[in-house]
Amino acid sequence: MKKYIIKRLLWSVLILFIVAFLLYILMRSLPTSYLEQIARQKSQQPGSKTFEEWMQQLEATYGMDKGIVPGFFAWLSKAVRGDFGDSWKYTVPVTRKFTEVVGISFWMGLIVMVLEMLISIPLGIIAATKQYSATDNAISILALAGISLPTFFTASLLKLIFSVKLGWFDLNGLVGRNYDFLSPMGQKMDIAMHLVLPIITLLIASIGAYMRYIRTNMLEVLSSDYIRTARAKGLSERRVIYHHAFRNTLITLVTIWGTSLPGLFSGAMITEQLFSIPGIGYTSYQAMISGDIPFSMFYLVFIAALTLVGNLITDILYAVVDPRVRIA
Amino acid sequence: MEKSEMKDFTPIVHNEENILEVNGLKKYFPIKGGFFNTVVGQVKAIDGISFHIKRGTTMGLVGESGCGKTTTGRAILRLGGEKTAGQVLFNGREVYDIPKNEMNEMRTKMQIIFQDPFSSLSPRLPVGEIIGEAVKEHKLVPMNEYEEYIDKIMDECGLQPFHKGRYPHEFSGGQRQRICIARALALNPEFVVCDEPVSALDVSIQAQVINLLEDLQEKFKLTYLFISHDLSVVEHISDTVGVMYLGNIVEFGDTKDLFANPLHPYTKALFSAIPIPDPEAKMSRIILEGSIPSPANPPSGCKFHTRCKECMKICKNKVPEKKDMGNGHIVYCHLYDDVKGAE
Repeated sequence: MKKYIIKRLLWSVLILFIVAFLLYILMRSLPTSYLEQIARQKSQQPGSKTFEEWMQQLEATYGMDKGIVPGFFAWLSKAVRGDFGDSWKYTVPVTRKFTEVVGISFWMGLIVMVLEMLISIPLGIIAATKQYSATDNAISILALAGISLPTFFTASLLKLIFSVKLGWFDLNGLVGRNYDFLSPMGQKMDIAMHLVLPIITLLIASIGAYMRYIRTNMLEVLSSDYIRTARAKGLSERRVIYHHAFRNTLITLVTIWGTSLPGLFSGAMITEQLFSIPGIGYTSYQAMISGDIPFSMFYLVFIAALTLVGNLITDILYAVVDPRVRIA
Repeated sequence: MEKSEMKDFTPIVHNEENILEVNGLKKYFPIKGGFFNTVVGQVKAIDGISFHIKRGTTMGLVGESGCGKTTTGRAILRLGGEKTAGQVLFNGREVYDIPKNEMNEMRTKMQIIFQDPFSSLSPRLPVGEIIGEAVKEHKLVPMNEYEEYIDKIMDECGLQPFHKGRYPHEFSGGQRQRICIARALALNPEFVVCDEPVSALDVSIQAQVINLLEDLQEKFKLTYLFISHDLSVVEHISDTVGVMYLGNIVEFGDTKDLFANPLHPYTKALFSAIPIPDPEAKMSRIILEGSIPSPANPPSGCKFHTRCKECMKICKNKVPEKKDMGNGHIVYCHLYDDVKGAE
C-alpha cells in the first residue's frame, strides 16, 4: 500500500509538470495581454513614451521578455519554492489573494456537497425501488429538468421569484448594505442569507446527475442474482435494500465523490459570477479575462494538483469499500 | 385474464405425505409495448402445471432451455411476483396466501440453490456473513452458539471454517457452490429447490457437489426439487421426474418407469440424446426439427405438435388430457387416448 501510494505520487509529480508546462504555453499565447493593455493606456497619456517603448519596459519588469520555455522554468524554479509571485491585477501576492477568497467558495461547496448527498441518495434509492411508478417518473423528470436547465437560467428565475417578487433575499453580493453595523452574529446571518440562492442554484444543477447515477446503479444491483439470494434467505426488504443493494452502489458513489473533492477549492465560476460572490471562481475568472498570468497559473496548477490527489484518494477508498480490490 | 382461465383447475386436497403440491400453476409475464407502454401480450412461462413431491424424496425437472424450469422453481418459492393462477401448497398451506410478515420466516423452511455460484453471492460480504446473516435475522440459534453453528454447517458442506472471513471472489466455482449450499442449509430448511446447481461447474466438481447434496439429504431429511437439463444427473439423483416442454409438464413418473419406458414423443427424443459411455455403440438419436416455439404465442392444441414425429389431426386442435398409465406415470399425449390407463 505504502509503495503504491509513493509510486502514484511520483507519477502525479510528472503529470503535474507536464500540465503546468502546457498551461504556461496556453497562458502566454492568449490574445488578451495584460501588458499590452497597460502599455496602450500609458502611451496615450500626453507626452508619454511610445507603445513599443512602454512594452519593452513592462516586459522587462514583469519578466516576460524571455521566450516561453525559459519563462516557464523561471516561473517553475520560483513556484517549487512556494513563490508564485504577485498578481498583476490584484497587486498582492497570489497566495495571499487566494487564501482571502477561497474560504467562502470552500464553505459554499461543502454545504452544496453535503446537501447533494443528503437529497440525492434517498431520492435515487426511492426511484430505483419503485421503478416506473408515478414517484419514480416524477423524480426522474425533475432531475432531468435540473440537469438540462443552465445555471444562469435557474439563477435568474430564483432571483426573479425570491428577490424581486418576494424580496426575501438580496439580488447579489455576499453582504448586505448595512453589514458593517451588524453584530458579529448578525454578520454571519447576513452572509448565510446571501448564500441561500447560489446554493440552491448549484443544487438544482447537480442533484439530478447524482440521483440518476444512484438510481441506475441501484437498479443494476437490485436485479442481480445475489439480491435474489438475499430475498430467498427471507431477509426483510429493508435489509435487502440497505445492507445488500446500497452497499454495492457505494462503490460507484465513492468515485464521483472522490472526483468532486477538488471542486470544493475550485469554486463555482458561473454561479459566483451570477451572484457576484467574491469567491475563488469569481476572482480567478476576473484574473483570467484580464490576462493575469501569475494568478491564473497558480489557480490552474492548483486545480490540476487537486484533481490528481482526488483520483488517488478515490483509488484508495475503492480498496476500503470494495474487498475485491487489493492494492499491491 | 378471463374467468374461465382462472378456474382452469379443481382445488386439490392436501395429502400428508406430500411436502409440496402444485396444481394448475400458471405464471405469465406481460409484454409491454406500443406508444403508451400498454400490455400487448403475455409470455406463458408456466402454463398450468401440476405435480407433487413426497417428503424426503427428490423430484427431477428436465426440459430444454426456456421451457420454464427455472420459473417453476422460483414461482414455487414465491420469488418474483404473484402467480397468475393455480395452487402451490407447502405442507398443505397455500404459499401465495401467506401474509408478508410471516413469509420471511416461512422462507427459512423452503430454500433455493441458484445456478450460477459466481453472481448469486454478494461480493461485498464475507462468507461467514453470507451463510450466517439470515440465521441471525431469524434467530435460529442462540447468540452464544452462533459461531459454532456456522463452523458446523461449513464443515458439513466441505468448507474450512477458517475461511469465514474471506470474500466470495477468493473461492473456486465448486467452493462457491458449497457456500451456496451451506447458506441454504444454515436455515434448516425442509425443502430445497436446486436450480441447475451443477451446470456451471466442471464435470469432476459436479460429482462432488451431487454427492454432497445426497449426503445432506440423508442427514437432514431434505426434500429436493432438482432442476436440470442434464438427464444423466437427474436419473442418478431423482426419485420422480417431470419433463417440461414450453411451460407444460408433458410426462411425470417414477424415475425408473420414465427412463425405462418413456411415453411422450418429446421425452423419447430427449432421452435419445443421452450419451452412451461406449464409443462403439450406435446411438439412434431422434432429431427434433425446428426450434422451440415462442411461449408468447404457443401452438394450438398440443404445444409439441409442430415438432412431433407422430403428430395427428387431433393434436392441432385439442389439448391432450392427463392420462395415468399406472403407478403414477402420467402423460399428456393423444397417442394414449385409446390405451386403457389405470383410471
